Amino acid sequence: MKIAVCVKQVPGAGAPRRIDPATRRLDRSVEAELNPFDLNAIEEALRIVERRGEGEIVLVSVGPERAVEALRRGLAMGADRALLLSDPAIAGSDLVATSLVLAKALARESPDLVLFGQQASDSDGAVLWAAVAERLRLPVISQVSELALTDAKVVAKRQTEFGYDRIEAPLPAVVGVSDAINEPRYPSLKGIMGAKKKPQETLSLGDLGIDPALVGEAGSKTEVYLLKPPPPRGQGVRIEDDGTAAERIVAFLAERKLL
Amino acid sequence: MKLLAFLEHHDGEPAKGALGAVSKAASLGEAAAVAVGAGARHAAAKAGAYGASAVYVAEGPDLDPPLPQPRVDVLASLVDQEGFDAVLFAQSVLAADVAAGLAARLEAGLNWDLVDLRLEDGRLVGTRPALGDSVYVEVGWRARPALALFRSGALEPVQSAGEARVVDASAALEGFSTASVMVERAHAEEAGPSIEDADVIVAGGRGLGGPEGFAQLEELARALGGAVAATRAVVDAGWYPYSAQVGQTGKTVAPRLYIACGISGAIQHKVGMQGSGTIVAINKDPNAPIFEFCDLGVVGDLNQIVPKLTELVRARKGG
Ligand SMILES: Cc1cc2nc3c(=O)[nH]c(=O)nc-3n(C[C@H](O)[C@H](O)[C@H](O)COP(=O)(O)OP(=O)(O)OC[C@H]3O[C@@H](n4cnc5c(N)ncnc54)[C@H](O)[C@@H]3O)c2cc1C
Ligand SMILES: Nc1ncnc2c1ncn2[C@@H]1O[C@H](COP(=O)(O)O)[C@@H](O)[C@H]1O
Repeated sequence: MKIAVCVKQVPGAGAPRRIDPATRRLDRSVEAELNPFDLNAIEEALRIVERRGEGEIVLVSVGPERAVEALRRGLAMGADRALLLSDPAIAGSDLVATSLVLAKALARESPDLVLFGQQASDSDGAVLWAAVAERLRLPVISQVSELALTDAKVVAKRQTEFGYDRIEAPLPAVVGVSDAINEPRYPSLKGIMGAKKKPQETLSLGDLGIDPALVGEAGSKTEVYLLKPPPPRGQGVRIEDDGTAAERIVAFLAERKLL
Repeated sequence: MKLLAFLEHHDGEPAKGALGAVSKAASLGEAAAVAVGAGARHAAAKAGAYGASAVYVAEGPDLDPPLPQPRVDVLASLVDQEGFDAVLFAQSVLAADVAAGLAARLEAGLNWDLVDLRLEDGRLVGTRPALGDSVYVEVGWRARPALALFRSGALEPVQSAGEARVVDASAALEGFSTASVMVERAHAEEAGPSIEDADVIVAGGRGLGGPEGFAQLEELARALGGAVAATRAVVDAGWYPYSAQVGQTGKTVAPRLYIACGISGAIQHKVGMQGSGTIVAINKDPNAPIFEFCDLGVVGDLNQIVPKLTELVRARKGG
């Protein structure tokens, strides 16, 4: 069984997040990390392989060259190899363009299962899997909180606005997992040491046979006109617990006549 | 401008946001809607009153379960035949997957999480809060059709006097579109606490550490005369019932007081509780997004704070 896990490098949780007013793109020069929501997808792949006693896990990412750092974290968790799809012309790609690059690489790999995380923490889109599945002409199931797998099919539980559905799809299939599907493991020291030696390949648009006019800003069908500050909101009060937080909450609520 | 709204419905009952999408479309030009699956005709009959001049209806066994891919087939062929300039979707798990699939099928642009859409000099401009709502981005489309996915709660249905023409739509379904099978369909679980009418809500997230963590929230809620709610993360993990979930795929609540304990404050949670009168957040991570939209933010360990708070509230109410 071959499992591809799509992962993204995003600005770190503590790093300043801002859109560069000049390029109108996210500033990606800050400290970065592997999208935390993708850890659940990697973990799920590892558990499937462990349960089956066989299988290969390949990480696939579209991003700048420095995204190899994020991929290395996934390799340290236990993935077998990594594929970075990187080319200066890809920068600024929107959904149609990113899904095109990802689908091209996935088609070459032809995995039995393609896993996605719940959302990218920098885009909050939660949409990419459906576009990729469409390009690969494969069934897709999203928001999956439980996944069972046989040689031939997946059975998934997902939450919608109406409660929980159970959906079955034949393999190969595309699945987006929820951040509650599992508790991702921490890489072991051995895993971290071994990650550098695992196969890591970087592919350009030329390698993938993609016309640069179809990606990046040239190939994108959406655009950003302008950035605005958010509407003003009353400043909240912030306190650090020094052992008196409970008292201070009570005083705050009493002042607002909420007790 | 010709616009199409995705009229999502549950057994013929249109989703509120979907009717809002119809109204939004009608405010921008000539609006049509499309309803797919069992009950579509029933849903279609209701859409005229919200501004649609035509509702396309597609039914059939492959279209009945609320799965996205056959809906992509239906919408793609409608856009091809009728030449819509824009397709509007109100956020839902189903609508997001249909919108993104359609974007890839038509090589069309999709902007998501929109809170507004308007015409400026003949071009569509959307407003999208980004990066935890810290910046508002004005977005557009370089090609037609423009696909717009609105944030939960961003669209209000507006009644109008019209009546819609109901038109049968048919589409050839792709093999891969019908490969997924719904084995068990969601039924609204009625059992469990009702949180929508509560005056005070004490809500818990993954920071509670496990299902047993909810006991202390129940104590606090009892002391305050309120109800307990939860995030999707803990509902998905089986710590608390779905009926108590707040957010995009759960309930929308607006109590006088909302106390969030061990909740990071994801957008999908925020959309379900931002209308609360006063929001208090207890979180040990000073960078948690919830601190950006609460009235009182307490950086600390909920296990230290919540039991003490319960004691103090009890003492005050008792005395
Ligand atoms: C389509 C879609 C729909 C969704 N619908 C919903 C929805 O309806 N409702 C919803 O809630 N989410 C929804 N989500 C999920 C949402 O994106 C988040 O993943 C989820 O809200 C996170 O839940 P959480 O805050 O409990 O967990 P986390 O994000 O893991 O946050 C836990 C928090 O607890 C804090 N913490 C840990 N220990 C302690 C302690 N001892 N004391 C104090 N604080 C502590 C941590 O600092 C952290 O901030 C949806 C997502 C998608 C993609
Ligand atoms: N640039 C990327 N390369 C590979 N996978 C990605 C990329 N961006 C997003 N993903 C995957 O798609 C999921 C959803 O992302 P999004 O739709 O952008 O919120 C993420 O959790 C990842 O699994």
